[in-house]
Amino acid sequence: MAAKSINITLKIWRQKNANTKGALETYSLNEVSTDSSFLEMLDQLNEQLINERKEPIAFDHDCREGICGMCSLYINGRAHGPETGTTTCQLHMRMFSDGDTIYVEPWRSRAFPIVKDLVVDRSAFDRIQQAGGFVSVNTSGNTMDANSLPIPKDDADKAFEAAACIGCGACVASCKNGSAMLFVGAKVSQYALLPQGKVEARDRVLNMVRQMDEEGFGNCTNTGACEVECPKGISLENIARMNREFLKAGLSSEK
Amino acid sequence: MSVLDSKIPTGPIAEKWTNHKNHMNLVAPNNRPKIDVIVVGTGLAGASAAASLGEMGYNVKAFCFQDSPRRAHSIAAQGGINAAKNYQNDGDSVYRLFYDTIKGGDYRAREANVHRLAEVSGNIIDQCVAQGVPFAREYGGLLDNRSFGGTQVQRTFYAAGQTGQQLLLGAYSALSRQIGLGRVKMYHRHEMMDLVKIDGKARGIIARNLVTGEIEKHAAHAVVIASGGYGNVYFLSTNAMGSNVSAAWKVHKRGAMFANPCYVQIHPTCVPVHGTNQSKLTLMSESLRNSGRIWVPKKKEDAEAIRAGQLKPTQIAEEDRDYYLERRYPAFGNLVPRDVASRAAKERCDAGHGIEANDTNEGVYLDFATEILSKGRQSAYALGDHNPTEEKMRELGKKWIEEKYGNLFQMYQKITDENPYETPMKIYPAVHYTMGGVWVDYNLQSTIPGCFVTGEANFSDHGANRLGASALMQGLADGYFVLPYTISDYLSNEIRTGKISTESPEFDEAAESVKASIEKILSNNGTHTVDHFHKRLGLIMWNKVGMGRNEKGLKEAIEEIGLLREEFHNDVFVPGTAEELNQELEKALRVADLIELGQLMAIDALQRKESCGGHFRDEYQDAEGETLRDDENFKFVAAWEYNGSDSTKSTLHKEDLKYEFIKIAARNYK
Repeated sequence: MAAKSINITLKIWRQKNANTKGALETYSLNEVSTDSSFLEMLDQLNEQLINERKEPIAFDHDCREGICGMCSLYINGRAHGPETGTTTCQLHMRMFSDGDTIYVEPWRSRAFPIVKDLVVDRSAFDRIQQAGGFVSVNTSGNTMDANSLPIPKDDADKAFEAAACIGCGACVASCKNGSAMLFVGAKVSQYALLPQGKVEARDRVLNMVRQMDEEGFGNCTNTGACEVECPKGISLENIARMNREFLKAGLSSEK
Repeated sequence: MSVLDSKIPTGPIAEKWTNHKNHMNLVAPNNRPKIDVIVVGTGLAGASAAASLGEMGYNVKAFCFQDSPRRAHSIAAQGGINAAKNYQNDGDSVYRLFYDTIKGGDYRAREANVHRLAEVSGNIIDQCVAQGVPFAREYGGLLDNRSFGGTQVQRTFYAAGQTGQQLLLGAYSALSRQIGLGRVKMYHRHEMMDLVKIDGKARGIIARNLVTGEIEKHAAHAVVIASGGYGNVYFLSTNAMGSNVSAAWKVHKRGAMFANPCYVQIHPTCVPVHGTNQSKLTLMSESLRNSGRIWVPKKKEDAEAIRAGQLKPTQIAEEDRDYYLERRYPAFGNLVPRDVASRAAKERCDAGHGIEANDTNEGVYLDFATEILSKGRQSAYALGDHNPTEEKMRELGKKWIEEKYGNLFQMYQKITDENPYETPMKIYPAVHYTMGGVWVDYNLQSTIPGCFVTGEANFSDHGANRLGASALMQGLADGYFVLPYTISDYLSNEIRTGKISTESPEFDEAAESVKASIEKILSNNGTHTVDHFHKRLGLIMWNKVGMGRNEKGLKEAIEEIGLLREEFHNDVFVPGTAEELNQELEKALRVADLIELGQLMAIDALQRKESCGGHFRDEYQDAEGETLRDDENFKFVAAWEYNGSDSTKSTLHKEDLKYEFIKIAARNYK
């Protein structure tokens, strides 16, 4: 696994802001360590650009541990690049070879407008969460004891697996319909699987789906690209569960 | 009296908080909508505070620099959260959590604050479960626990290696609910640039819209700073790339004292440094020390052969391995506190036993082979196989490990390209957390009235060393269960104030000075990038204000950082304009503050002529290399007053620490 150094060509989407037209631009970058992460490679390119008095490339990133969900990037036509189960910040240059040309684009989706270069606006996800992605419990030192309500381990584990979603938006970017159903399904599922979420189950799913539609996300046609590209392996079962919850909510009496 | 009034309530330790709460002033529900509160930062401490204050009925404005409040770096906390629930029937109690935390902090934390933290710890777990946080559970449906360093009980609640994520998403869901109800207005991609004071009180902030570059004025009756720690002063740390000290530093510049800046936590188990283009370090959770055994080769020649690639760790015989933590600290073994484990690793590597083939040969093994076999046997028995083959045990053991730590093992493999199920992890200490921060009193209020500071951004609860799984506890305790009470006490005097206007000379002055500093840095037209300076700062800090410090090195660091500050302001080059998304500009403004802070850290470390917790002075150690405290002369909180960008001009104020309920003693984990 000794580190090598490779030379690459990059075709990167540059766009000044939301109101201007963008285009792919070409850059050469030499002596990239294969131990570097993809974002460290972009750091290196930006350092080179700044030293040439050129404008660096804007991209979103923060934790660089694959958990904050801030990094994105469509790399060679795939969300978060060629490795499955990986965020861009955890993708390493050992996945690439000397002489490669790498295409880097922002998430492409109507509901995620471009802010600048590779940075997009994902606040639609926040608004979906605000519509119902919570249990309406106020802060209090007097909720019941945490162990007074046993939860079957399988349910707790499944809820955790759904809750592991990092909200990066790769599902939307990978979907030919620009659908956010994997994201919304994961949140709906987390609460649907836990007794704490039952009380508001009906309103939650209706409100979140309504907001999802208002934001301009498309519908699900069961292609499954989202599941393949999801860096956290969120399962399609969550979409099925959301559909069941939605159906159930529609059948139950209106308020 | 000192300018530092800690406002610790009188009475027995276990009754202080209850009595204090009972006698605080309240703001009636009908008055709360007349009062505005600003919260800066949306990690555990900020999101929980903003949500709780919104629920109470205050008008809240919350700010984060990320694209969503859910990204705050609390999300990356891995291992767990402590709470004195005693669900495991192993003798835990509020007192024991209190005692462990004081001792873990090497007797440099405030008793009253820590006891309160232990008291509310149980409520946090109740609250989070009620919110739908999916903690790990046992087959009977009850919550599972594990152990963390510096304790002999199992009090850590967890969600695989993603506990911070689940807790933050819980707080984020509570915050989202308040945003949806219109009680909290969220400003994402906004960075606080300054604190505005009117008549000595915090009355608002200046913020920069990071997308448009607009400089905005926001007024409030109180300001809460929950902006996290300053580990990025070292350039390489486990912090997120955007983590910074600026919000805390701005309130410091406006008059709030900054306490114990030299108390830094170097976490023992991180993936070692690999190269010069590396941007950050990655933590491998302390929870792994429940299952992993730390060792280096006993023989130097074995270590050399490993570094040269001629030997593999699995080829080193059991008797040729030095499990140095188990050898030196048999009572706590691999679960000694972080500062102790980090120093022990450094000691072995300095002695030539390091196993990583990088520039400094710094690395030790964290080995899961023993645990894989033992848990594999246990799983086989549970399946009715009382005579499992070794192969079967290995298979089942790996499954057990995957369930407990799967995401960590996967992360390790992605970074290093090695499979930790088959070969031991290579780890080394890295900067992780900062115990120092803005000085606050018992009410979490800084020395500026109306400016409250919570979570890692304050200094209050961890003394000179934080125990594992206590940061999440403190962040949520501050935000859910402490601040909502104490800030209301302060705000009870504000019900007649009326709306605060941003049309005032104070707001104008602050906004203009922010614009001027941005203009200055953009028109500098220097020759080096921001990262160039940040990396140089990081190297000085790591080499001279890192794990081992001494008078000579600290004096050099103070001088070098002073020169670096001048060079930075004369020679940094920041491309682009102020009226757009400009990530280099954001970095430059943060690094300017980190440089000033770095110098203060060295000054603070120099004045503290003792070793305690994360602060280790080579001159002050016992015959076995353990920290040597000087309680007679240094049992105080060092709180610094800002007197200009040259931190050597800062004034030291002392808050004496009183131990009334715990007998102060040498810290012993043997």
